[in-house]
Amino acid sequence: MTSAAPSLINAAAATPPQRSATAELVQETLALTRRLFLQLARRPSTLVAGVLQPLIWLVLFGALFANAPAGLLPDGMSYGRFLGAGVIVFTAFSAALNAGLPVMFDREFGFLNRLLVAPLRSRSSIVLASVLYITALSLVQSVAIMATAWALGYGWPGGAGLLLVLVTLLLLVFAVTGLSLGLAFALPGHIELIAVIFVANLPLLFASTALAPISFMPSWLGWLAALNPLTFAIEPIRAAYAGQFSLSAVVLVAPYGELSAAACLGVLAALALGLFLLIRPLLDRKLA
Amino acid sequence: MPEGVIELRDVSKRYGKGDRAVVALDGLNLSVPAGSLFGLLGPNGAGKTTSLRILATLLAPCSGSVRVAGVDALKDPRGVRERLGYVAQEVALDKILSGRELLQLQGDLYHLSRADRDQRIAELIGLLAMEEWIDRRSGTYSGGMRRRLDLASGLLHRPQVLVLDEPTVGLDIESRAAIWQVLRQLREQGTTVLLSSHYLEEVDALADQLAIIEGGRVIAAGQPSELKAALGGDRVTLRVREFSDEPEALQVQELLQRCPGVRQVVVNRAQGYSLNLVVEHDGVVEQLRRQLAEAQLPVFALAQSRPSLDDVYLQATGRTLMDAELAVAGSRDPKAERKQSMR
Repeated sequence: MTSAAPSLINAAAATPPQRSATAELVQETLALTRRLFLQLARRPSTLVAGVLQPLIWLVLFGALFANAPAGLLPDGMSYGRFLGAGVIVFTAFSAALNAGLPVMFDREFGFLNRLLVAPLRSRSSIVLASVLYITALSLVQSVAIMATAWALGYGWPGGAGLLLVLVTLLLLVFAVTGLSLGLAFALPGHIELIAVIFVANLPLLFASTALAPISFMPSWLGWLAALNPLTFAIEPIRAAYAGQFSLSAVVLVAPYGELSAAACLGVLAALALGLFLLIRPLLDRKLA
Repeated sequence: MPEGVIELRDVSKRYGKGDRAVVALDGLNLSVPAGSLFGLLGPNGAGKTTSLRILATLLAPCSGSVRVAGVDALKDPRGVRERLGYVAQEVALDKILSGRELLQLQGDLYHLSRADRDQRIAELIGLLAMEEWIDRRSGTYSGGMRRRLDLASGLLHRPQVLVLDEPTVGLDIESRAAIWQVLRQLREQGTTVLLSSHYLEEVDALADQLAIIEGGRVIAAGQPSELKAALGGDRVTLRVREFSDEPEALQVQELLQRCPGVRQVVVNRAQGYSLNLVVEHDGVVEQLRRQLAEAQLPVFALAQSRPSLDDVYLQATGRTLMDAELAVAGSRDPKAERKQSMR
């Protein structure tokens, strides 16, 4: 500690030039995202496990049903090729569903207060940072899944298909991350949040078209699967894997009608927007 | 009277609802003059932390008005956040980030330009002597390091007002001295500093203004020297036995009250029925000894001193700060308090 220290406050610099609200929102969002990536870089086990787990799913589940009777899947598709889209979506979904946990721990440890006493332009930057982080993570996982699927001879979606995977995952991650962060603010603690994640995760997987087509399910489960948001993300990606992809082509034959890829993406977009609007009052109430 | 840089008017805060509601603030009024180093003194549970959390916009009061640097905290909380630095009691760090990375994050949350941010971080690292460890992960820091880092993050955006909640609790002497020095320097440079403390000596050594708070209200306020001088006289603590009982204490009280030069006699039940007296001048004590001898009462201990802040506290509340601490220690619910601080 020196006595000839620099000034603690500086009248000239105390009134910084006003920057635009957007620039400030970008700055705070990127800073919060950077924190999440620094955490990931220093705890790479999260990334390693996150990449390995879906590959194990792909290999083991693919092998489990390798001898499924012919005619189980439409157009004589192999089960491995069928499964790829399901594993990609389920992996992104799980990651997004867990996005609320770090925020819950920040709440419990008091780190969130640090963010709340700062003059954030919008507290949505906390949500946006999580969405950016989870989306990037999901893309890395998806590329690993797609590469493995290709190596196992399950095919490759192609250029337009990759773009579709990106858009679909972005919509799904936005919706589910919003939901998870909403829960992180609504629930009393991490025990409750983990319980909700645990209860929601696997049932949503089984009640979707990730592991089996609707035509294979009893009608009540078919209905559930046809209403499950995961299905709306899985089917366009699966169509891209089947080749000859078009946005207007029917990708989902549901009990209530046929849906094109564009319609599926529309449902996901509406869901993302709806959930975001739904949790906004909660964020404002908890964070105002 | 000019408006203070911090103005709390009739601020009330209750936690919980109905019968189980806990009143934390009960019509608190506080005015902190610009450029002062202001001490908020009170026992644990008096409402210090709640007041500071309201100032930092982490809590909204149930009623009353809150202004910081002329900005209404309820109407424009963001405006208050820009002008105020807040150093909380429990320092929460992201253990896996280094101190520098935490300061960078903080700088971005306050929208400093990158050049300004990095220059400012370098300044504060020098000022708070953090060079050696600032690039280590914060999970390895000692309590003193954490507190210094937190002080740096409170100062990063050059706030007009710095609010610190018990900044030196549990710190080693060196870290405490370092923090005191920075706080004094801040005042010299014109920043208003408000700190809460339940250490009398800390407030006595640092603050040029103070308010004593108990039960969610300010019960005395002013300059420490003024408050002490206003009491006047010398303090005498008398024990006739190591442990007296109430009848005896009351008997002695009556006897002493008749002595000329004795202004006030208070029976301190919390400390073995000792007697706290205020006397006019030195000669009175000799006279007291004679009176006690005549009444055939022993003297176990007799101490005389100038009024201290503790006496100011005693005068205002009828008990010493330490007794007040002990009284609330058993009645607090740490779990409920943790809940209140969770957002």
